[in-house]
Amino acid sequence: MLEVKNLHVEVEGKQILNGIDLNVKPGEMHAIMGLNGSGKSTLSNAITGRENYSVTKGDIIYKNESIVEMEPNERALAGIFMSFQYPTVIPGVNNTYFLRAAVNAKRKYNKQKEYDAASFLKFVKSKLKEVEMDSKYLKRAVNEGFSGGEKKRNEMLQLLCLEPELAIMDETDSGLDIDALKIISKGINNYKNKDRSFLVITHYQRLLKYIEPDVVHVLIDGKIIKSGGKELALELEEKGYSWLES
Amino acid sequence: MNQSKNAVIDQRVKEDYKYGFVTDIESDTLAPGISEKTIHFISEKKKEPSWLLAWRLKAYRKWLEMKEPNWQNVKYANIDYQDISYFSAPKKNELKSLDELDPELLNTYNKLGIPLDEQKMMNGIAVDAVFDSVSIATTFREELKSHGVIFCSFSEAAVDYPEIVKKYLGSVIPHTDNYFACLNSAVFTDGSFVFIPKGVKCPMELSTYFRINEAKTGQFERTLIIAEEGSSVSYLEGCTAPMRDENQLHAAVVELVALDNATIKYSTVQNWYPGNPETGEGGIYNFVTKRGLCSGKNSRISWTQVETGSAVTWKYPSCILKGDNSVGEFYSVALTNNLQQADTGTKMIHIGKNTKSTIISKGISAGKGQQTYRGEVKIMKSADNARNFSQCDSILIGDRCGAHTFPYIDVRNQSATMEHEASTSKIGEDQLFYCNQRGIDTEDAVSMIVNGFCKEVFNELPMEFAMEATKLMEVSLEGSVG
Repeated sequence: MLEVKNLHVEVEGKQILNGIDLNVKPGEMHAIMGLNGSGKSTLSNAITGRENYSVTKGDIIYKNESIVEMEPNERALAGIFMSFQYPTVIPGVNNTYFLRAAVNAKRKYNKQKEYDAASFLKFVKSKLKEVEMDSKYLKRAVNEGFSGGEKKRNEMLQLLCLEPELAIMDETDSGLDIDALKIISKGINNYKNKDRSFLVITHYQRLLKYIEPDVVHVLIDGKIIKSGGKELALELEEKGYSWLES
Repeated sequence: MNQSKNAVIDQRVKEDYKYGFVTDIESDTLAPGISEKTIHFISEKKKEPSWLLAWRLKAYRKWLEMKEPNWQNVKYANIDYQDISYFSAPKKNELKSLDELDPELLNTYNKLGIPLDEQKMMNGIAVDAVFDSVSIATTFREELKSHGVIFCSFSEAAVDYPEIVKKYLGSVIPHTDNYFACLNSAVFTDGSFVFIPKGVKCPMELSTYFRINEAKTGQFERTLIIAEEGSSVSYLEGCTAPMRDENQLHAAVVELVALDNATIKYSTVQNWYPGNPETGEGGIYNFVTKRGLCSGKNSRISWTQVETGSAVTWKYPSCILKGDNSVGEFYSVALTNNLQQADTGTKMIHIGKNTKSTIISKGISAGKGQQTYRGEVKIMKSADNARNFSQCDSILIGDRCGAHTFPYIDVRNQSATMEHEASTSKIGEDQLFYCNQRGIDTEDAVSMIVNGFCKEVFNELPMEFAMEATKLMEVSLEGSVG
């Protein structure tokens, strides 16, 4: 699904990632753990193709093709989704309208019939239940006046509607209360199947109580210094990151 | 943005202005130049009453003494007033019915999306089509007449309803008001005349569609709308022009009068040719004076404008709130892309008690566009408990454009309540990336973000036109991201 090879990334002239290797197979869930400034978000921004995150060396292979030269929207259409750490507010743009534009862009790309307003509303309402969101959020502007938890649930709603094959959850657990955390975790667990992969980026192992990563990687100073099973997360919790730093 | 994105954008920039075609039609066009003779010629052509000729001449003499203003925050090449033709009309324009209209003209309006055939028209919208200096057709006149509503060209009104025209012409904007209004008063050619009698709610939307076609002509239209006691009307104007290398002057005057309990809603979708996107050559100088007088109690005048065209726009649709409890509103979206410039805003003059005004202005600058919001709120001594709310927001796309705001507030009565909010923001990289990450391409994302930004204003437009405005915005924004 996703292969990251010796990835070096520079942001505004500053080297952040110093050779990352990852291999996420279909149906796998990988967790990337690390302290602030270790390069976790840079990794997710580089995979999704954000401006100013330049790949200086190495490659990102998605479904057997290099995506380094692809536009961010093309990567999204190809099935890569990122749940943002800080979802953006877009004033005046109706949440349903936004979601429909996104879903229709994808349907058009897949040569499927685009949804009209009525059929989309039916579609989105069926997804709302899964994230336990009230339909009033559909009428608001995108993320405007949403609490932290509501924003993250809205991200989850978008994920469910867009049906990506690779979902990157960037610090999804930050700023979430325990109820929202459970809802999101349940969403992730229900969504995951043998063809869908997750890359979960997190600071703490709090989220990992509710979801089961196949592999845990520890990122320090732009390099993965240790990989292991779920037990690595528990060990980290116990001993702290300094245990791995030398 | 990376290379491939720039390439797409470059290509989009080169797309033609959609309405830039020229209609090949025989016209009577007066040789360029302005003198008393020109005015005599126009007045005769229109078979005007002598008082109107005298009024024009008075304005012309005044204009000769005036100086072109230079305080506005726009730059343009000097206008040679002797190099403009002040009258141009398609030959064969005296028709008895629409069937006699030159097919070339019908075709022109069809191309613009304005069918003049009543059968094909959008439901419930009457249209007055003004082509260069003359009104060539007004639809649904008979039906409107049965309600007592007069909707015709200004020229016809001057002949058929001289007493109403005489009473109101220049009553809101005197010929001495400003340089361009004065010029217009001297040489105005055609425009629309609307009269809504006492107690009548106009049964359909009225609209005028202005088209400049001939080269080297100026368009000097004059519109007058009168809403008598307890009446109401919603009026919309649209404008386009061919692509030409030279600049053309459009200096219109619009006067509105609302008597007791009357409401006038005036909407503009202005899409004059903006000039060459790269060189800035050509394009319309849109120097317009628009003012409404809320002369009666509880009257209301609402201006909504969507300004996307013209090389240079310079206009301030204003309200004089004379009647007690009268309400003035100004909702504006102005977009300047490439090398366009705009200095626009409003004036709200509070005279009556408990008068209320609202100003919502949304400015969008892209490319090397320069835009200024200039607004004045004046609370006179007599205006007890006046209220104003102003909100001026600007959004910048790219880093070569500019937005400027000049709000003037003059309060002479202590009981006034004033609120003013202003913001300037750049279209966020984070917003664009968020949309991109959801599979929405950059052009669509910009349109979506800008439309969201303009929503409060678009909501004020009649429904059919809100859709048009949204589309127009998309077209005008093409190539703005780079």
